[in-house]
Amino acid sequence: MTEFLSVNQLVCERDERLLFHGLSFTLNSGEILQVTGANGSGKTSLLRILATLTEDYEGEIKFAGELIQRVLPEYRQQQLYLGHSPGIKGPLTPIENLRWLQGWYQSLSEQAIENALTAVDLYGYEDVPCYSLSAGQQRRVALAQLYLSHQALWILDEPFTAIDQNGVHHLEALLAEQASQGRSIILTTHHQLNVPDGFIKKLDIADYGE
Amino acid sequence: MVSEINAPASTVKPMLVSPGAAVWVTLCRDLRLGFRRQAELINPPLFFLIVVTLFPLGISPDPDFLAKLAPGVIWIAALLATLLAMDSLFRGDYEDGALDLLLVVPQPLFMHVLAKVCAHWLLTGLPLLILAPMLALMLSLPSQAYMTLIASLALGTPLLSLLGAIGAALTVGIRRGGMLLSLLILPLYIPVLLLGTGAVVAASEGLPADGQLLWLAVLLTLGLTLAPFAIAAGLRITASG
Repeated sequence: MTEFLSVNQLVCERDERLLFHGLSFTLNSGEILQVTGANGSGKTSLLRILATLTEDYEGEIKFAGELIQRVLPEYRQQQLYLGHSPGIKGPLTPIENLRWLQGWYQSLSEQAIENALTAVDLYGYEDVPCYSLSAGQQRRVALAQLYLSHQALWILDEPFTAIDQNGVHHLEALLAEQASQGRSIILTTHHQLNVPDGFIKKLDIADYGE
Repeated sequence: MVSEINAPASTVKPMLVSPGAAVWVTLCRDLRLGFRRQAELINPPLFFLIVVTLFPLGISPDPDFLAKLAPGVIWIAALLATLLAMDSLFRGDYEDGALDLLLVVPQPLFMHVLAKVCAHWLLTGLPLLILAPMLALMLSLPSQAYMTLIASLALGTPLLSLLGAIGAALTVGIRRGGMLLSLLILPLYIPVLLLGTGAVVAASEGLPADGQLLWLAVLLTLGLTLAPFAIAAGLRITASG
């Protein structure tokens, strides 16, 4: 069986500084990869490379056995990237935000969006412009995408930022549940992930640094 | 967060969107955002209005003299108003992370870029077109030149938006890139300005202006077909840096 995603001998340099070299890993469906490392060690750079935001690297990344450059539209269709700044537009309401965030990938019913907002405890805030929400609530709007997404690969950069304890527990439960259903997840976090051991793989960027 | 609401991944049958529908999403989002940010929305037409009104006050209220100035004044003011609005095209998306999401969409990026420029022109260029006849009246432009003025602006301002977007894409990653944007883009604006004013001057003197207008149409066609690729490439460079 071919791996869902395999990364081979990845080298990344930023501003004349070598972030990591020889970085390799494989990810099968149903696995969670937790990327750890000190601040500035290149976690976000790795995730941006995997999200196809930059081609500034050496090494190869294969998606279902094919180089990602060859299957770029298919790969992009199958990935959900949630970066540091989640792209939530202040003047738009949570519903409008989700409508465009996921609208590039699938057509959504009003009901599905409302369910997703209920799932992240934003019921009652559907029609409030996002600038009047708190940082944590804005983050939750972005995370509501996880309840709508059909993408097979989630790339989440610090998804727990600004989320309260209760929210973190729910999110961990969601990640474990989604992994058990075959979804692959790559995330960075400094947080101790509370997910059953079988699903989780760890990657410490420091192992590949200088 | 209640996780049972989400159906298992394997059973979800996503309704995939066509590239056209995805681009429509981008266009609608940008238009909606534009209408919600009303202060930014009135900026370019207000600038246009103020600059043009200052000319009779500052130079001379003599109608014959103003009629001579009118094509140039209206066109220069429209050009500067477009330039003023250009920096905002990708700035917001860059700052809140939405640009990164746009760069990883499964559809070709140039289509989304074209939608963004279209929305931007509808919000910043179209109001200038609507104001122009009023300002032409104020500057006593001969009435036979009105149609040419509108036509030249209708062909020229989208071109200005497309060219400006190339610069905006390249400079959005730079802090205070506004100045650099002007330096990069102004040389590209000059042919558009020459053809635009040339057309209106010819029409106000009763000469045919078809030549200049056709040239503007040629450049707009070129811009529509080629600029989106340049803008998309510029955005990718910005995101990689």
